[in-house]
Amino acid sequence: MTDIVAGRRRRREVNPLEYLKRPWMWLTLFGCFVFLYFPIVTLVAFSFNSYKRAFVWKGFSLEWYEKAFNNQALHEAFINSMHVAAVSTVVSTALGAMLGLALYRYWFPWKGTYEGIIHLPIVIPEICMAVAMVIFFWAVGIELSLYTIIVSHIAFTIPFVAVVIRARMAGFDVSLEEASRDLGASEWQTFWFVTFPYMIPGLVAGALMAFVLSLDDFVITFFTAGVGDNTFPVKIYSMLRFSVTPEVNAASTVLILITLSLTLVAMIMQSRWTKGKKE
Amino acid sequence: MEDWRKNKLAFMVFMGPATFWLLVFFTIPVVAIWVYSFGERGPLGQTYLAFSFDNYLRAIEPIHLKILWKSIWIGGLSTFLCLLIGFPVALGIAFAPDRWKNPLLLVVVLPFFTNMLIRTFAWIVVLGSRGVVNSGLGWLHGQADWLLGFAGLPDVMGQFTPLEMLHNNYTVIVGLVYVHLPFLILPLYATLEKLDRSYLEASLDLGAGQWRTFFSVLAPLAMPGIVTGCLLVFILSMGNFLVPDRLGGTDSMMIGNLIAQEFSKARDWPFGAALSFVIMYPVFIFFAINALMMRRRERVRAEA
Repeated sequence: MTDIVAGRRRRREVNPLEYLKRPWMWLTLFGCFVFLYFPIVTLVAFSFNSYKRAFVWKGFSLEWYEKAFNNQALHEAFINSMHVAAVSTVVSTALGAMLGLALYRYWFPWKGTYEGIIHLPIVIPEICMAVAMVIFFWAVGIELSLYTIIVSHIAFTIPFVAVVIRARMAGFDVSLEEASRDLGASEWQTFWFVTFPYMIPGLVAGALMAFVLSLDDFVITFFTAGVGDNTFPVKIYSMLRFSVTPEVNAASTVLILITLSLTLVAMIMQSRWTKGKKE
Repeated sequence: MEDWRKNKLAFMVFMGPATFWLLVFFTIPVVAIWVYSFGERGPLGQTYLAFSFDNYLRAIEPIHLKILWKSIWIGGLSTFLCLLIGFPVALGIAFAPDRWKNPLLLVVVLPFFTNMLIRTFAWIVVLGSRGVVNSGLGWLHGQADWLLGFAGLPDVMGQFTPLEMLHNNYTVIVGLVYVHLPFLILPLYATLEKLDRSYLEASLDLGAGQWRTFFSVLAPLAMPGIVTGCLLVFILSMGNFLVPDRLGGTDSMMIGNLIAQEFSKARDWPFGAALSFVIMYPVFIFFAINALMMRRRERVRAEA
């Protein structure tokens, strides 16, 4: 009898809203994480496999990395990717940051509609944007090349940078600007010495995000690239079409490593500043 | 927030460049394919501007309607599966202790930042005929064969034939769910996190069970997040080109692949343009409704 009462009491102790304390919730979360990570981890693991013909573990080897590293076409594609990502990051960070700041600061008529249009590149399927760019470049008479890739990448990364900058500015204390103006600083000085330094973590996070998005993009790049202008993902795609060897795994692992480390840095910076805001 | 008229020059300087870029390299291209979608294809694959609905009519011809219908049910099913997996995960993270939230969210979002192509390829490594699952099964088969041989029953199992798990509609659905899951978890988490928990407590205190609370209180309150997330996943799944291309079979062609085909092999740009607008019209309608609702909300706030 007392046991039953005690059992009930123990049950009550779990707050009904603390879903994380329930075993089925742990099971679901765990299952989801396995689903999310198992394929990627397997792919990375088999880049170190010494066996070629199938994904059967036969021993550790760096052979495929050596092969990927000595693959001239892959090399070239990697350099192209870096070139595209670097140039488009610089431009889209500058333009996106200004846009994010303006959207944070100003109210103007039809702002909701404007924002809707601005965010379209994030929500429409990539293939639609890719096709639109191809028709546009063709109609204007611009030949497809690395530069058309850069132009398209800038267009689809600007909204992402703007979103990040706006999130950063949401924690800004406007009285700092007022104080600066009261103390005699010009508008320009106030921007440069008060507002801009506050934006810097957002700028870094936005730039990293733009870089990763550009480096990772396949669909838009595939369509807007000129003949022979391979980027790293496009090259991986064409390698996949011919034969699936662990060399593709090795190349993919390199790309995963770069994008994940950059993303982690950006996210840690973002969580730092939100933490600072709460304290 | 300041009124833009207070400092027109600064407003223009900040808004101008990005607006210009997006106008020229996004809005105009989108308008251009819209114009093309009413055009006609010449005999050599060139495009004549015209005003005909032929391309849209072709999109609902039986062969193309079949692809469209397939995109809708594959997209719909993968959206539903995303919701089924994503809701408990978003709920768990939203109601987790504060210090757990960011790490858990990071774990969910991180795979999303690896290349979509690579994430698709990863499933080939797992499910392919020479993939991990088949190697595992082959190994088990070998062991069983050896054991049976030991028991005096040689050659009962026969030769191991790898399971053909790739290149069908189910792998396409698995791939689409895999690729788009974070798109559903994130908006859902944002809504659930902001949610006023006293409603849930009230419902539970007043005697409703967890399930009833879930369906009558939690789900309606989370509806904005559910709708946004599902729409996003549905649209992106329907228009996805890579996953059906790499994981699908000969009959898994979806609308994204059809668009790609019209722009490469078939070279029928007006038809391809019309097809991409078949996906984009719903997006535009959703955004228009959203913008209208935001305007109304702003007006209500202004009046209050």
